[in-house]
Amino acid sequence: MKPLSVPERLAKNRFNLDEEESHIEVNQEIARATGTGRAIVACCPAHVYAEEPDGTISVEYAACLECGTCLAVAAPGALKWHYPRGGFGVQFREG
Amino acid sequence: MPEVAEPDFDVIVVGAGIAGCVTAYQLAQQGREVLLIERGEAPGSKNLSGGVLYSRGIQEVFPGFLDEAPVERRITRNCVTFLNATSSVGLDYQDARLADPVNAVTVLRARLDPWLAGKCEEAGVTVMPGVRVDRVLTEDGPAANAAGAAPWHANGTTGRRVVGVQAGDDELRARVVVAADGVNSFLARDAGLRPKDPLNHLAVGVKSVVSLPRETIEARFNLTGDEGTAIAVVGDCTEGVGGGGFLYTNTDSVSVGVVVRLDDLTAQQKVVTDIFDHFLAHRFIAPYLEGGELAEYGCHLVAEGGLKMIGEIVMDGMVVVGDAAGLTLNTGLTVRGMDLAVASAVAAAGGIGAALENKDTSKAGLTGYRERFFASYAGQDMKTYAKAPAFLEHERMYKQYGELFADVLYGAFSLDTRPRRHLLSVARRALAHSPLKMRHLVSDGIAGGRAL
Ligand SMILES: Cc1cc2nc3c(=O)[nH]c(=O)nc-3n(C[C@H](O)[C@H](O)[C@H](O)COP(=O)(O)OP(=O)(O)OC[C@H]3O[C@@H](n4cnc5c(N)ncnc54)[C@H](O)[C@@H]3O)c2cc1C
Ligand code: SF4
Repeated sequence: MKPLSVPERLAKNRFNLDEEESHIEVNQEIARATGTGRAIVACCPAHVYAEEPDGTISVEYAACLECGTCLAVAAPGALKWHYPRGGFGVQFREG
Repeated sequence: MPEVAEPDFDVIVVGAGIAGCVTAYQLAQQGREVLLIERGEAPGSKNLSGGVLYSRGIQEVFPGFLDEAPVERRITRNCVTFLNATSSVGLDYQDARLADPVNAVTVLRARLDPWLAGKCEEAGVTVMPGVRVDRVLTEDGPAANAAGAAPWHANGTTGRRVVGVQAGDDELRARVVVAADGVNSFLARDAGLRPKDPLNHLAVGVKSVVSLPRETIEARFNLTGDEGTAIAVVGDCTEGVGGGGFLYTNTDSVSVGVVVRLDDLTAQQKVVTDIFDHFLAHRFIAPYLEGGELAEYGCHLVAEGGLKMIGEIVMDGMVVVGDAAGLTLNTGLTVRGMDLAVASAVAAAGGIGAALENKDTSKAGLTGYRERFFASYAGQDMKTYAKAPAFLEHERMYKQYGELFADVLYGAFSLDTRPRRHLLSVARRALAHSPLKMRHLVSDGIAGGRAL
């Protein structure tokens, strides 16, 4: 199988994007102070998080596969994460 | 006691995964009014597993399961592979007896779960997909959950009694709420039953489903008809991070993935997608996938704490089942969660049925669930494998053993024109060159025998 980048992989999935509401919010200060920023960039299988040149963490919530890994590794207060509203988000066809 | 409105349902089940569907189905079969709420647009659309379902339990719930349900292949070949950078040592167990009676099948959850939810509907369950439950509704306990003249007393310990759920602006009330909402269980947390899990109790699974023609799969994995192979991989596949890899055959696709422990992943500061890429590109893994097309990419958390992770699973007005209760067993050779979800659901449906019968849905009234679960084979297995998680946390498991085995076999198979030595002395030499010491072999052997 030819190697694919993460965005190429995600392009194979079906998503029902919630245009109105992001389900992820990073507290930049706490994320930086606790190292949560770097940890969630590394552990997210969908590359939702990226560290910008100014050190802030950007969030591409549309790509989220809803595993909860980022929330599990985040320090208290660094991340607000809940499931997308009912019916929105990733729609697995295989699972 | 305050008058409480008649509940909308006997039972509200949150989450139409395996645990939720089986609980709802069995309660409806008992004649109960059941609501099954699922946040996905359709049941299964949020769910992912590796894919090997040990199927005896679910066959008892649905006698026609193997013929009617969308199962992929019947597993008759199990392989365990110690993978090193340039060598690999494996155990390959293929047995026709595993096909009759069928012991394990591969499944894809986005296909299986809708079938289960359909069974629920047939049995009379109200299935409500596309709705996210935001929190549980509680009242101060002991509360009156009026059911005619009979007192629904509560004498639990949390001081709160769950009386229903809230989804958006809607409040729905039931005598019992079942949290079947998976490994992240916001419901169990919300109700105060599950504190934040320590990271060594969690692992992240990253998985691709790769399409391949049926015939290619059968030729590549040495299979006939609907037989299937499950390959468990340890060692180099996770770049030294605690965990493992898997390759499972479906009818016309292969499920391939890695599962890595979060404590180790974060401590070693590895990028999880690098680990997965490394596995896919490994010279002994890539050939299985050659020519395949990616069908889907996904990830999901795995509860890895074993018995230690199971906390309170019963409180006033609520029970927790399946992954939400931390019910997964990773023995290194098998990841089991789906069969435990079934077993806990069966125990919960029994316990809830008895509580409703006795008109006591307090913690004490619902405790039959806990008893039934720990009396079941699944509950017994959780106890049997209680030491497995700690055993598998030893770093040696992931690297050094595979290399040692390969070195011993290299000594045996590489006929380089020098006179041969007995295997035992080859093994001794290999051990001398390995960072492993005899005492590790002995202690791991004993600990492994006890843990696994
Ligand atoms: C990579 C990987 C490999 C695995 N391999 C295997 C294997 O080979 N064999 C095996 O037996 N097990 C395996 N498991 C474990 C198995 O997948 C789980 O144990 C099993 O899916 C648990 O079923 P469940 O019904 O408890 O939870 P889930 O399947 O997670 O179902 C939870 C349901 O609740 C819904 N939900 C959650 N929150 C809400 C809410 N607030 N409102 C409404 N609905 C909600 C979800 O959408 C979902 O449908 C694996 C897991 C992973 C991640
Ligand atoms: S839930 Fe999973 S996929 Fe979504 S952002 Fe967090 S780690 Fe990434």
